[in-house]
Amino acid sequence: MPAKASRAAFGEALIELGARDERIVTLDADLSKSTMTAGFAKKYPGRAFNLGIAESNLVGIAAGLALAGRIPFAASFACFIVGRFETIRISVAYTNANVKIVGTHVGVAIGEDGYSQMGLEDIACIRALPNMPIIQPADELETKQAVAYAVEHQGPLYLRLTRQNLEPVSPADYQFRLGRWCLLRPGKDVTLIGTGGTVFNALEAAKRLEAEGISAEVINAASIKPLDEEMLGRSAAKTGRVVTVEDHSIAGGLGGAVAEWLSEVRPTPLKRLGTSAFGESGDPKGLYAKFGLDAGGIARSVAKFLGR
Amino acid sequence: MGDARLDAIARACRVQIIRMLTHSGSGHPGGSLSVIDLLVAIMFGRLRHDPKRPDWPERDRIVLSKGHAVPALYCVMAKAGYFPEERLITLRKLGSPLQGHPDRVALPGIEAATGSLGQGLSVSLGMALGAKLAGSPSRVYCILGDGEIQEGQVWEAAMSAPKLGHPDHHVDNLTVIVDYNKIQLDDFVTKILDLEPVVAKWQSFGWPTLEIDGHDLQQIGKALDQAEATKGCPTLIVAHTVKGKGVSFMENNPEWHGKSPKPAEAVAAIREILGVAEPAWDEYLRTDTATAAIVAELRALDKK
Repeated sequence: MPAKASRAAFGEALIELGARDERIVTLDADLSKSTMTAGFAKKYPGRAFNLGIAESNLVGIAAGLALAGRIPFAASFACFIVGRFETIRISVAYTNANVKIVGTHVGVAIGEDGYSQMGLEDIACIRALPNMPIIQPADELETKQAVAYAVEHQGPLYLRLTRQNLEPVSPADYQFRLGRWCLLRPGKDVTLIGTGGTVFNALEAAKRLEAEGISAEVINAASIKPLDEEMLGRSAAKTGRVVTVEDHSIAGGLGGAVAEWLSEVRPTPLKRLGTSAFGESGDPKGLYAKFGLDAGGIARSVAKFLGR
Repeated sequence: MGDARLDAIARACRVQIIRMLTHSGSGHPGGSLSVIDLLVAIMFGRLRHDPKRPDWPERDRIVLSKGHAVPALYCVMAKAGYFPEERLITLRKLGSPLQGHPDRVALPGIEAATGSLGQGLSVSLGMALGAKLAGSPSRVYCILGDGEIQEGQVWEAAMSAPKLGHPDHHVDNLTVIVDYNKIQLDDFVTKILDLEPVVAKWQSFGWPTLEIDGHDLQQIGKALDQAEATKGCPTLIVAHTVKGKGVSFMENNPEWHGKSPKPAEAVAAIREILGVAEPAWDEYLRTDTATAAIVAELRALDKK
């Protein structure tokens, strides 16, 4: 499989699933060409609603559609749609409406558009709601399975997708399950947990670390909420060191969730990699290097964390 | 269905609103009393629903976007048979499904969580559109507060509504009513953020509009008929109401937006709602044993 953005895989999956289930509808706020729901809209024009640049109304209409039996995918840039947090909190979460909130263009990896367009706090916001799972797939295969899962899942859910292309990382026989992570590379000295766009970089970092004599276990954490507590506990017990790697703020994201669980259940030295400043414009590669999320940056942080 | 019957139900609901708010010791009497006639007219005048099957897909739906007036909604729901009327006095108590603002998960028959103002119109649009997509005859009634329409999301929704679902699934199965009681939490609406010209604003967004007296059950019924007969887009009804309607000391008084009556005030309020002069009150209570029981119950609260 060639590299593909998870937003693109999402758009393709929707078209396929839409043929089998006419309850599926999409809602956009003038970004359907970017969220990649435009293909669905072209194929099923009566089931796609572009509501203009009005994300609060988009979220509310999605809730109403869900309450009337549809399965709405409400899509926009992660920062814009989760920015309407109060509407998600009451009309979707508290109402328990079967809405799939889709946030695309996550992280500093969107590059040149700069901080105002980067979803960097969305996981932290949605994670505080009691009934919303958070899924961030790492490649095309996983994205298509995650979208299919979202259709089956009863209740609100948040799907976090990238603008940038993602190299394939999942094994051919991979099967997505909520609350289950995928062990991509076994190791014994340190556990690297990536999610979405950082998983491939974590794998590359593990190769570099191997050359330095460090055996890194690499896990793809697509299910950010709930965590795979079993795999996290087992891996932390085995390696005794955990590093989380995400294109999101280190406050409240995957790293925050892992920190909370480890410190309560299995205290383990932890390093969280992610952002702790506002993002900025630049080329995506340069930004990943600047924020220490490329393979070299991850490998250096891990080596330092292990005192090598 | 005669208006005398609806009138009697509305009066009984007003008594229950006072009763439950006195028990809870907090809540919103003013907006509950201004909206009750609208809710009675919808629930008992035309709603297609089945309290025994609150999840019936083809039911009509009421979305009380001004969720703080939920005591009024609980009263009509109890009268319609969604739950026993005795449960009304559990309002706002620990463990009760009668939450301080509507909770869809806790209480079957509540269509959406509301009370975080400005959200109900969008949700109602989605419900109306969803019904059209499903080929369901379901109709949606959305009630907005006047202060509530200061929220920006309302105007996003208002702008999207007339053309939503066109050309095949336009949402003319939605009736929106503004409970225009002229008072919000802090003060009179004109003193906080004036809405006028409110009818012209909605019209300029493409809405057919009607203006009525929101306490005249006949006018309400006629307007609901007219809205239902309007094809191609939803209709907005501006219902001029009186905050605290039916209780002289609560009427048009911002203080009674969010304050519950003391037991003695509650008894006086109930007497006024029932239209009984003070000298005749004791005599009246000897003939109306149900009200006498409520009055005794409220007076007992004072001794607690």
